[in-house]
Amino acid sequence: MAFETFADFMAMGKHGPYVWSAYGITLLVVVANILAPIIRRKGLVEEIKRKAKREQAES
Amino acid sequence: MFEYLKRLYHKFGSPRYFYDLTGKMLPWLVALSVLLLIPGLIYGLGFAPPEKYQGNSYRVIYIHVPAASIAMAGYVMMAVAGVIVLVWRMKMAEMVAKSVAPIGASFAFICLVTGSIWGKPTWGTWWVWDARLTSMLILLFLYLGVMALNAAIENAQSAARATAVLSIVGAVNLPIIKYSVEWWNTLHQPASIRMTSSAIDPEMLYTLLTCIAGFYCLFGALVILSTRCEILSREQRSSWVKKLVGVS
Repeated sequence: MAFETFADFMAMGKHGPYVWSAYGITLLVVVANILAPIIRRKGLVEEIKRKAKREQAES
Repeated sequence: MFEYLKRLYHKFGSPRYFYDLTGKMLPWLVALSVLLLIPGLIYGLGFAPPEKYQGNSYRVIYIHVPAASIAMAGYVMMAVAGVIVLVWRMKMAEMVAKSVAPIGASFAFICLVTGSIWGKPTWGTWWVWDARLTSMLILLFLYLGVMALNAAIENAQSAARATAVLSIVGAVNLPIIKYSVEWWNTLHQPASIRMTSSAIDPEMLYTLLTCIAGFYCLFGALVILSTRCEILSREQRSSWVKKLVGVS
């Protein structure tokens, strides 16, 4: 363990805001990249189903 | 041997085969990235020793270095896919190249932002127009250019050919990024991890290597997730996709 207490860990020896903001921004970007294809997939499946229904109604 | 490779190539060129295979790979990649990244980052944040001169601000390297490496590797992937698109007109390569761009851009962005945040307490400035930083910024712009070009052209195949040319030409930036710290006097430090002797504490080195491996698995999973969406979108008229979605 590189730190004595949890408060020390959060403070990162005066560098806390830098380290935590870097990790926070990275987390946000990664989460956005995980969510984007999941949301897109849902939309695509719905679109394909909608199109199939319309085609069935037409024929 | 050649026949085998040819068969493999044709198999991978088939969206349906690619979709099935990556579906099997995905859970393993996700598990691996979680198993590597969570311990790697926790160790890097709380257990690895502080750096002698930089104190704790250096802990940003556990994301900065993997992100930089992936941003470049992603570009290589996109450019290689671009060559395959132009030479063999492989549809699967078009989809992979298109999917890699926003993910590679994200990692280039992470690399630049974390580096900038680290630079403030260490160099005393958020940004300098140093060769390494500038060439990395150009990499981000190249990614954004590829994405914009993809979005601007309606026809998927023409969009893929146009972006393939742009990404191949832009690949000239990659050696510039890599060797910028040797060719010019940069504020950015030269590479610390080398095949022969690494100028880095072993405890930090192994933590960093774990994080690099973890981020690569994450990158692979993200590319697969996104490419599978692209397959569904472009192959939606085919019977196997309809069956998969459950409409026929």
